[in-house]
Amino acid sequence: MFALTEKPIRIGELLDSVTRPGAGAIVTFIGTTRDHNEGRKVLALSYEAYPGMAEQELERIAVEAKKKWAIEEMAIVHRTGRVDIGQVSVAIAVSAAHREDAFAACRFAIEEIKRKVPIWKKELFEGGELWIGTQSGQRFHTEPGAEVLGRFAPHSK
Amino acid sequence: MKVKIRLFAILREKAKTGEITKEVEPGTTVAELWRLLQQDYPALDVPGVRLLYAVNQSYVGGEYVLQEMDEVVFVPPVSGGSPCLL
Repeated sequence: MFALTEKPIRIGELLDSVTRPGAGAIVTFIGTTRDHNEGRKVLALSYEAYPGMAEQELERIAVEAKKKWAIEEMAIVHRTGRVDIGQVSVAIAVSAAHREDAFAACRFAIEEIKRKVPIWKKELFEGGELWIGTQSGQRFHTEPGAEVLGRFAPHSK
Repeated sequence: MKVKIRLFAILREKAKTGEITKEVEPGTTVAELWRLLQQDYPALDVPGVRLLYAVNQSYVGGEYVLQEMDEVVFVPPVSGGSPCLL
């Protein structure tokens, strides 16, 4: 199961999808929406994905993980649209015969998602909004003094 | 020949559109297309931003030569906030 959804993620279904007779462990990672970030009071997050490629990249992560570790199955579901504070934005489940492989593969999956899956996160905070990853000071600003892409003007109200 | 460009997230907001069909010369690379697009949409002309290129739903290098009706996506930094370099 490698999916995007606009609806709340059902963890039970995710676990069922990786349950295997040969598995002695299921490890999960659940990312939830936090109410603060870098001093800002966060009201909600909004995710936008490139449909098709996003699911394909999720599945590629599982294929890579299966080459590196002895896992049975991996499933990943990511929310799109507005996600309120405390809700699940991403959930990963990995089953394996032994827990070491499941833990390692699960950690790998979340890091890879954040590195290369075309899903973008906009933070809606008190006083404005910001596409995460495009703030000032992040590594992709290669030219000193470059105009900051993504620094949104605060809402006027 | 024509290519289809899709914009997401901050680039969609900057350009105020999510989809553009553009006529390009045969032999144009995806990196060159980005520069052409910035001429059409000055709001996208931001120095220092590092994008990834995706064509037909797979990442490619900037030297990729476009084909008729390719679907091109310029990928701004994804949700983790740190770009990967191809």
